[in-house]
Amino acid sequence: MYILIAGGGKVGRTLTHELLKMRHEVTLIEQSATRYRLLEEELEHVAQHGDATELMVLERCGIQRAELVVAVTGDDEDNIVVCQVAREHYGVERVIARVNDPRNHDLFDLLGISPSVCATTSIMRLIEHELPDHELVPLLELRREGLEVVEVQLGDDVAQRQVSEIPLPEGARLIAVLRAGASDIAGPETIVRPGDQVLAIARSGLEDALRRALLT
Amino acid sequence: MVVGCGRVGSAVTLRLQAAGWDVAVIDERAETFQRLGEGFTGITVEGHALDTPTLVEAGIDRADAVVVATNGDNTNIVCAQIAQKRYGIGCVVVRILDPARAALYAELGMRTVCPTTAAIDILSDSVMSHTAVI
Repeated sequence: MYILIAGGGKVGRTLTHELLKMRHEVTLIEQSATRYRLLEEELEHVAQHGDATELMVLERCGIQRAELVVAVTGDDEDNIVVCQVAREHYGVERVIARVNDPRNHDLFDLLGISPSVCATTSIMRLIEHELPDHELVPLLELRREGLEVVEVQLGDDVAQRQVSEIPLPEGARLIAVLRAGASDIAGPETIVRPGDQVLAIARSGLEDALRRALLT
Repeated sequence: MVVGCGRVGSAVTLRLQAAGWDVAVIDERAETFQRLGEGFTGITVEGHALDTPTLVEAGIDRADAVVVATNGDNTNIVCAQIAQKRYGIGCVVVRILDPARAALYAELGMRTVCPTTAAIDILSDSVMSHTAVI
């Protein structure tokens, strides 16, 4: 696959190496001349110098035949524009964008840039996963598909019951029950006990209904 | 609402005010508001063009028109789309210095103004009309 990567920082550089190892054809575009020279030493012609939001630069890098564009610069506006230009102007079907400031995440959604990945948000989720006082933790969000995988910590006061007895909302399923470091794939007859952690998949927006079904 | 209080943004602000508009201006750097002089009676908000609290403080949810003229093309492009798509503002005018991006986003339905293209046209027309006279 021919992949264009915008932004030759730590993320872009590492992605380039990994994708080359997987035998993809990659071009990495870096704006800063200093950083470009370093990248060029290790990546040779794979590294290209220029502003990836400039159409001329993108064309020089062969965006017309790119199958995937990955925008991982340190600037959210630039990442948005790279993806919009790639998709709207050059018809690139697949784009992936990095969100630097989590406050901008909803902008990527508003402008239909998907999937977008925010390291801060991901780390925050992992931290929440480690904290006992969060009842419902989103583990994975498939934004485009409108699905979310969540983990729910059951309190000590919930009743022991079978999965089939839980009045789950339409659009939500239990995946697994975790207890004392072990896990059971959830079927209708799986028993859920007080203090268990439960993994569930649900359509976006059903988090509260799911929480109510499991915790009351 | 005017986003960016540089030479262009500040002058547009003052001209709109002189024409009777209530104008709010946003800029990342408060010192740029000095360009507005003593006569400016509108709101100034220090903050980034994509920052929701900044935009709300400047009254974006009740703005009739938005002029976007910061010194970053991509910031302007994204800010203009926020005004259009999130706040449904019909009149959003955005300055884009790069002619290629200005043309592309104009095609996508944005009201873009490209001073670079204007300068190219005026400069080449002036030269050509001058030599035509000779």
